[in-house]
Amino acid sequence: MRKKEMLAMLLAGGQGSRLGILTKDKAKPSVAFGGKYRIIDFPMSNCVNSGVDTVGVLTQYQPLILNQHIGIGIPWDLDRKNGGAAILAPHVKGGEQGEWYSGTANAIYQNIGYIDTYNPEYVLILSGDHIYKMDYSNMLAFHKKNNCDVTIAVLEVSMDEASRFGIMNADENDKIYEFEEKPEHPKSNLASMGIYIFTWDKLREALIEDNKVHADSDFGKHIIPMMLNKGMTLYAYRFKDYWKDVGTIESYWAANMELIETLPHFNLYEDFWKIYTNNESQLPQYTGKNADIKTSIISEGSSILGKVHHSVISTSVIIEEGAEVRDSIIMEHCIIRKGCVIDRCIIDQDTEIGENVTMGVGDDVPNEDKPKIYNTGITVVGNNTVVPPNVTIGKNCVIYGKTTAEDYPEGRLESGKSVVIEKEAIL
Amino acid sequence: MKAIGIIMAGGNSERLKQLCTLRAISAMPVASSFRAIDFSLSNMSNSNIKKVAVITQYNSRSLHDHLSSAKWWDLDRKQGGLFIFTPFLSNDNSFWFRGTADSIYQNISFLKRSNEPYVIIASGDAIYKMDFHDVLNYHISKGADITIVCKDLAGTDRDIRDFGVMELDEDMRLQHFEEKPLEPKSSIASLGMYVISRSLLIKLLEDAIPNGRYDLVKDIIIRNSKELKVYGYKFDGYWTTLNSVNAYMKANMDFLTEEVRSILTTQPYIETKPKDEPPAKYNASASVSDALIASGTIIDGSVNHSVLFRKVFVGKDSIVDNSIVMESTIIGKGCTVKNAIIDKEVVISDGKSVIGEPDNPIVIPKGEIV
Repeated sequence: MRKKEMLAMLLAGGQGSRLGILTKDKAKPSVAFGGKYRIIDFPMSNCVNSGVDTVGVLTQYQPLILNQHIGIGIPWDLDRKNGGAAILAPHVKGGEQGEWYSGTANAIYQNIGYIDTYNPEYVLILSGDHIYKMDYSNMLAFHKKNNCDVTIAVLEVSMDEASRFGIMNADENDKIYEFEEKPEHPKSNLASMGIYIFTWDKLREALIEDNKVHADSDFGKHIIPMMLNKGMTLYAYRFKDYWKDVGTIESYWAANMELIETLPHFNLYEDFWKIYTNNESQLPQYTGKNADIKTSIISEGSSILGKVHHSVISTSVIIEEGAEVRDSIIMEHCIIRKGCVIDRCIIDQDTEIGENVTMGVGDDVPNEDKPKIYNTGITVVGNNTVVPPNVTIGKNCVIYGKTTAEDYPEGRLESGKSVVIEKEAIL
Repeated sequence: MKAIGIIMAGGNSERLKQLCTLRAISAMPVASSFRAIDFSLSNMSNSNIKKVAVITQYNSRSLHDHLSSAKWWDLDRKQGGLFIFTPFLSNDNSFWFRGTADSIYQNISFLKRSNEPYVIIASGDAIYKMDFHDVLNYHISKGADITIVCKDLAGTDRDIRDFGVMELDEDMRLQHFEEKPLEPKSSIASLGMYVISRSLLIKLLEDAIPNGRYDLVKDIIIRNSKELKVYGYKFDGYWTTLNSVNAYMKANMDFLTEEVRSILTTQPYIETKPKDEPPAKYNASASVSDALIASGTIIDGSVNHSVLFRKVFVGKDSIVDNSIVMESTIIGKGCTVKNAIIDKEVVISDGKSVIGEPDNPIVIPKGEIV
């Protein structure tokens, strides 16, 4: 293989369990975002827009949708003869048993062989969890200018929030002297974004060394502290633009809703720094004779015959005449039948909501089974789910699977209740 | 599939006026996010034709841009794939294509180097969905030398005198073919799609061209229609061609009906080159009904019974009615656009009106500022 100056390793194996039912059948990076996109499109597009043409995508949890989405990298122009996109799944190694990726750094450790084939100077570590546009080539220039061993992208957060993040304590030149994971009394507000550039030979050494000590080798917990202790050069690279973690139902919903504002803070409509995705469909979207759409974004191939206000609609969605969708996110290939009223819901892909279903009404009581996940009034419907006609569904509900009228006593699902019908196991 | 495909994309039309001065008809934007050639190209690819030639001539720049990668139609292949033929100069040839037959003849090595027994020829400016397996099976079962796809245009608003008119017997065998007759004797029109065996096509071309006969219809089909077994294959699905401003307007508006839109919304899909625009955005003052809206478009005003392409902006208090608005056109605030075809990258300044007649739409050419 021809040598690459820098390649990217994109950690896309995490479940993202705080997204609840949305990540039951798919890893967090493959959750839909902003209508037609999936979360991983943002770091993938950033790579290609930054001139990084070799991207290893590390998968582990429920990778089917992710694998189909990435393919050979065509949507991002990453179908290359030399380099390009590669899916890196855990695998059995010669003579031994295979092992899962047990930590962020362990996942990279297990793929040292892949990185070595390109003999890079630098390795960019990314996670597939965030919504942002960033030019990694500027970060690399910063890394080289400061003769860094590691550069960590940081965001200035408010001091109150700082204790939720990995915090970098740095001198006036942004040289890091201390790293604290979720400190109770933070000394600085420079929060790690989970984006690192390593000088490869330094990282390679550290990965091998740490693997002897920690079986679950992690960048934040092990590698960064170890490199600091050894007196290596670590710098914080300040990022001042839009960056969103969409790790919870509420933050996911809110970040989607920001896109429908008249002048969204995160602009997808500029030609510069385009976000690419695997466009299944190039179809126009049809708006019917009696449709009423306001303050919404509607993706390709959707057919809107009813009312859509303040919502994010993905590709090939059908909203029938007389249906109303408000403050909701509807993902690809969903059908919302006549007479439905959908209020503050997230409906995952390939789901059908029967006629005259009312969803998102009643008291705002947290979900009984998972109060920490569903507690802001948003009802979530999983993928490939069927909701029978004429039922009324409350707030903070979870629905998953092919449900029938029997699952809704007296035609109702009260706020905070769940109906989860497991799919038949495929053996 | 036992056939190779040829798409005739060289055509241009005076009757399309300014819309066609900068592009071939095959490159005409259709139905919000497609170009005319996407239909023939996708039909061929979806019919499992693995080797397709596109023959271009007139103003082919936008067509070449559109076809710069064949992967969107699954035609980026080592075996077969997409071939694009333009006129070229060589020591013994300095001609433009002198006719449709000549344009194939000048690329006869494409035919000679293929192994598939049949050739399917289609035009790049027709809007339709067809499985070519059906036509080929018909051709074989009839034992035909040439099969012409045709359609009965009786009862449509099409003027049969614009087409090649076919008279067929009960067995669908061609009795008489007349190109654009003043007094048509039948309402069956040739759709410019043909099935012929590869070896017969080579033979007919090698007879015709050196003798100064260059036209596929006149010199190959009509001339040989008595000796050869020429059959008509009736196509009953939606079909239209973009041969005038009104036909172009109607073809786009047809996609507002569910029946015609199903060409796009049902499998196998018509494919096009992706443009990666974000979803269409409707702001608080938007009011849209009966419209096709492509990605990247932002709407602040009202749109009714119209087809909007990608990256169009419709400003506040503007009204777009019964119109086609092409890519990257900006309509300012308080404008009225009615019965109009607005080409790409047009700017309509605040408060301006562009109003045509329902049966005679006004055309604003590419890049103009109103």
